[in-house]
Amino acid sequence: MTIFTMPSLGSDMEEGTLVEWLVAKGDRVSRGDIVAVVETEKGAIEIEIFDEGEIKEFLISPGVTVPVGAPMAEILRSGDEESAVSDASTKELPSRTEPTAPASQTTAWTPPAASSTRPRISPAARRLASQRGIDIATLKGSGPQATIVADDIPVTSVGPETKRGGLDLGDMRKAIAAAMARSKREIPHYYLQHTIDVTEANVWLEETNTGRSPSARLLAAVLYIKAVSNALSKYTEFNGHYVRDEFEASQGIHIGFAVSLRGGGLVAPGIHDTPNLTVDELMEKLKDMVARARRGRLRSSEFSDPTITVSSLGERGVESLFGVIYPPQVALVGFGKVLERPAVIEGEILIRSELTITLSADHRVSDGHRGALFLTEIEKQLQQPSQL
Amino acid sequence: MTNEMTYREAVRAAIAEAMTKDDRVFLMGEDVGRYGGCYAVSKGLLEQFGPERIIDTPLSESGFTGAGIGAALGGMRPIVELMTVNFSLLALDQILNGAATLRHMSGEQFNVPLVIRMATGAGRQLAAQHSHSLEGWYAHIPGIRVLAPATLEDARGMLWTALQDPDPVLIFENVMLYNRAGKIAEDAGAVDITRAAIRREGSHLSLITYGGSLWKTLGAADELSREGVEAEVIDLRSLRPLDEETFLASVRKTRRAVIVDEGWKSVSLAAEISSRIMENAFWDLDAPVERVCSAEVPIPYPKHLEDAAIPQVPAIVAAARATLGAAP
Repeated sequence: MTIFTMPSLGSDMEEGTLVEWLVAKGDRVSRGDIVAVVETEKGAIEIEIFDEGEIKEFLISPGVTVPVGAPMAEILRSGDEESAVSDASTKELPSRTEPTAPASQTTAWTPPAASSTRPRISPAARRLASQRGIDIATLKGSGPQATIVADDIPVTSVGPETKRGGLDLGDMRKAIAAAMARSKREIPHYYLQHTIDVTEANVWLEETNTGRSPSARLLAAVLYIKAVSNALSKYTEFNGHYVRDEFEASQGIHIGFAVSLRGGGLVAPGIHDTPNLTVDELMEKLKDMVARARRGRLRSSEFSDPTITVSSLGERGVESLFGVIYPPQVALVGFGKVLERPAVIEGEILIRSELTITLSADHRVSDGHRGALFLTEIEKQLQQPSQL
Repeated sequence: MTNEMTYREAVRAAIAEAMTKDDRVFLMGEDVGRYGGCYAVSKGLLEQFGPERIIDTPLSESGFTGAGIGAALGGMRPIVELMTVNFSLLALDQILNGAATLRHMSGEQFNVPLVIRMATGAGRQLAAQHSHSLEGWYAHIPGIRVLAPATLEDARGMLWTALQDPDPVLIFENVMLYNRAGKIAEDAGAVDITRAAIRREGSHLSLITYGGSLWKTLGAADELSREGVEAEVIDLRSLRPLDEETFLASVRKTRRAVIVDEGWKSVSLAAEISSRIMENAFWDLDAPVERVCSAEVPIPYPKHLEDAAIPQVPAIVAAARATLGAAP
């Protein structure tokens, strides 16, 4: 027997509202299956399950809002059907209103439960955080002995009862405001800018796309994501999360890609394990994800575990961008617009395609020297597009 | 129109006014007549009102406090002056077992409209039998009202209101306040005795105090203000019953509280206030409640030790900073 709980879909999520179950009682589920849709301030999100077994009982019904970590369903594991039925421990489920810690097996990354030390937080701050739906594990205290006090709680005004049905862009704006304000308050950003020659990559992309149907064509963004992904395997200090005064490098490389939404707002869902994907697979995933992001139908794991963000504003015609890191990540790589420029190569002036790439990184974790090496590694990767 | 006046003169004016307005009022106590009171509060009143209404008593606190209770039961409105709170312990039996209890024990048949004034507090090098602040002990007792006037207006105005109360009222006058001078409205008179007062508005923390500590606390607030910290200063005025509505509202606003009480810390008025904050405003707090109280020693005679034993501005400022940490 195991309990399926409300997953944490990012450090700023405190609770979620069940919109619908996508499985029925008695259905067999396996790891990665989408079992439910949950409403958060980021929109309706499809929730995956990370267990194998049979849905035994639903513990909450659609419309109910529960905190992260609260039990949602009982799953009967294969092989323990008989014993599980009489398992008395299931009767002692924590009540819905209790702020239970997320069970570690439900999501790939659950920072609040990861550490055994309790954050020092004042009663006033605790109440405010709960009212505003803010995960206190992500906060830094400014009070006596680094205690989190009321002034440290970002203002969001997202009431737990206000999110019902559909993507609320007002709520999303507030969520972005809270995350970005926290980022600029807590993360000592440093910025590096590097203009690189992408003529080879452009030529390769054109040749590859020639003869392909429009839907099968590759976008430059795929090459960027792949180049960042390859560079990260060498520069691991840009890939991970900064939690509780400590950087935790991530084993996997899950690249968040900033997607702007029609009507305003922004999400940066993650593409999992980019090193294992070919550029074509990556393109498929990207297309699917962008489409779902714009419909407000992203999956839980896409929200919870990006380890770095890639932002490409190139199509919108700016040369370079300096991003704000999405906490608890520690880096953001920005790609500008490709411009044709005269360049001096071996004494000759040639027309080349140039691209300005930027790095916003967390100075608590890395220094400019490593950042520069990381950017030049991305440059190197983009010089051999066929190897990506 | 305002008058320049000392706290002592304000108390004297209050007594004189009460005796003029109501012939049931009289004053009795040790040395209140010919000597003019050991703190010279009643100087000149014997000449003005005569020995029947300004009565010198034997050195017997229990005896003349009991006489005051009897007079109150008999329809008079006595003001009993006890020289210091330390000496009032000799009258504690009369106050607790008599004055505070008679209404209850008589099934509401008798009430005791008695006012007892006494001096309290350290700072005059009067040593360990004349310098303590025991008003918190009296604030423990149901059946009496306990007041601590800290300003000229309250020294001038609390007495008349206290005399209108059908039950015993104790008024504590801090010895360091008697010489305090200031301007007071010419027509100053009776004041409310039920509410605490906000003596200074602020948003970063609440300093809760009363009596002689009020001025030190306001001094600490000024010092904090120079550092950019705006403290709200609450003058309790009434120690029993406590106007918790006022100090809780302040703490809910500022989320931090420091209590300044010249009594000893253990089992004190400061402990009571802290406890009420915990009971009623816990979820509004950003820091543990701090207390600045007297050292747990008999108040010493030497000036430097006496000063060190009771709350002073630096200790109040330090406690305030402790609640703030790096904020604001």
